[in-house]
Amino acid sequence: MSELAPLLEVADLRVRLRTPRGPAEVVNGLSYTVGRGETVAVVGESGSGKSVSVLALLGLLPARVAAVTGAARLDGEDLLTMPPERLREVRGPGVGMVFQDPMTSLNPVLTIGRQLVEGIRAHGEVSKAEARDRAAGLLAEVGLPDPRRALDRYPHELSGGMRQRVVIAIALSNNPSLLIADEATTALDVTVQAQILDLVAGLQSEHGTGVIWITHDLGVVAGIADRVLVMYGGRCVEDGSVDDVLERPAHPYTRGLLGALPDLASSDDGELATVPGTPPAPTDLPAGCVFWPRCPVRSDPRCETEQPPLAVVGASTGGLPHRAATWCSEGSSR
Amino acid sequence: MTGAPLPEPAASPTATDAGVPSTARPPRPRWRQTLGLLARNPTAAVAATVLLLIVLMAVFDESLAPSGPNEIAVEDRLQPPSPAHPFGTDDLGRDILSRVVLGAAVSLRVGFLAVAFALVVGALIGLLAGYYGRWVDDVLMRFMDVLFAFPAVLLAIAVLAVRGPGAGNTALAIGIVYIPVFARVTRASVLGVREEVYVRASRSVGASDFRLLTRHVLPNAAPPIIVQTSISLAFAVLAEAALSFLGLGTQPPNPSWGLMLAEGRGFIDLAWWLAFFPGMAIFLTVLCFNLLGDGLRDVLDPRQRTLMAGSGR
Repeated sequence: MSELAPLLEVADLRVRLRTPRGPAEVVNGLSYTVGRGETVAVVGESGSGKSVSVLALLGLLPARVAAVTGAARLDGEDLLTMPPERLREVRGPGVGMVFQDPMTSLNPVLTIGRQLVEGIRAHGEVSKAEARDRAAGLLAEVGLPDPRRALDRYPHELSGGMRQRVVIAIALSNNPSLLIADEATTALDVTVQAQILDLVAGLQSEHGTGVIWITHDLGVVAGIADRVLVMYGGRCVEDGSVDDVLERPAHPYTRGLLGALPDLASSDDGELATVPGTPPAPTDLPAGCVFWPRCPVRSDPRCETEQPPLAVVGASTGGLPHRAATWCSEGSSR
Repeated sequence: MTGAPLPEPAASPTATDAGVPSTARPPRPRWRQTLGLLARNPTAAVAATVLLLIVLMAVFDESLAPSGPNEIAVEDRLQPPSPAHPFGTDDLGRDILSRVVLGAAVSLRVGFLAVAFALVVGALIGLLAGYYGRWVDDVLMRFMDVLFAFPAVLLAIAVLAVRGPGAGNTALAIGIVYIPVFARVTRASVLGVREEVYVRASRSVGASDFRLLTRHVLPNAAPPIIVQTSISLAFAVLAEAALSFLGLGTQPPNPSWGLMLAEGRGFIDLAWWLAFFPGMAIFLTVLCFNLLGDGLRDVLDPRQRTLMAGSGR
């Protein structure tokens, strides 16, 4: 997409958690870039390391249990090694984050207005009245009716969709150059989800915000993403442009995910396709390809012994390489 | 970024209807809601009213008391309750009603001071220990454990032995005894709130630790602390009575409920009213603090709160 230096460049990100059952390699050498105005969708099952990988970027994992290594350069500045004070300055104006559950990501004892004003006043000298004006403007921008009055409401007085708009308004309050949405619409019904997706797309084209959209909803991915990154077992197993990955999936896992999409038009007797088995425990990752215990293909002797590298597969479109980490891609189209 | 609303999402009618309730009722502040719910709990409401009366009595003691607390009238000594002396008189002929009224100020002042001290210090320690965890937690809470390991009265006596008797020192001694209780309650509550998404969310927009602690963690961790405060007030009044009874708290001839109880002990078979009325005052105050604490616990529990608010409207 962009030939310029990317907005965010994540290189060999690794997160190891200390757990009672030994160290857990939750994220294993994740590398990707996000360009200005670009939307990168990160997909994968629960427990594949999606959320942890972005929480690690912002230093939001508790230091006593999480060891984060690698690099994550936002505009050339490494988020992982910057001093805490600088990181606090970046949170907000640099990176805004929207969390999964709008029911829990707002403080129940503070009004919407105070929580918005907090985000605005945490960066730069702004008077209370001025911050309130900006807060009302933000609420209008995210499509909250009667924003002035909404400022004085408590979170429990708003519906889930409204709350998520407020959360997005807070994340956008400092004009972040990068917006991270961690399953931001998972808890919402599809009509509200569609509104929120439109909203983010609109803001993105207006402000050139880079977006990392974490989801396990492939429908959302198809709708908003420029680029897709499929995670499994803490690794990127496939990435590429949205068309490449969704139309010509190269990794057996991606194919499984796509195959598991329920098809409304089909007239089967309701049996849903699944990817059999469960994701590996991060304390006990298999040798070889992380996916091989569940893999329906396993066509290569190296599957069980050697981790496949992320390699370019097939033709790429739109200037993005289409890569997959599998031994089984060649000649095994759908 | 401000201003310039995006027309598209705002125009969706479903969002407008489903979102903000359209009634013009302005949002009530949370403390008003709490008071409203408390008023609907009869036991707590009665307890709060009685406590208010006791506090008012303590505030306006000088003008309410029929006579001075230390006015000795030897010819009237050990009079049983009568219209002239509704609570009777003690062995020096002092009016017991006056001494109970004036003793309220002494007992309650010591109680409030002690709990205020314990609350501020204990909650601060618990907040820091719970929020920062790791070595901060270990150091602070082990220190609290040491303090907690002493028998309460022994610890208070030790403090008074070092600093000498008197109202201020009694409050300090009782306060020190209650610090670990507040530290533990606060820490436990903070440990839960610390992991809430909104705390992380607030950090993700760049809020400072101080802000997170004062705006997000403490207010949400407060309900158990408030209940603990109310119950501790009852215990502090009792503790003051116990220490005065032992001769370490309020010094004669000043009246305090505990001291009057101690002085009346010698006459219990001869003149029951000497010990009965101050005892009743202690009993009533402690009971009301406890009932209020129970009521507050119900009202401040968010789940119960929703139920009660829902049924009320």
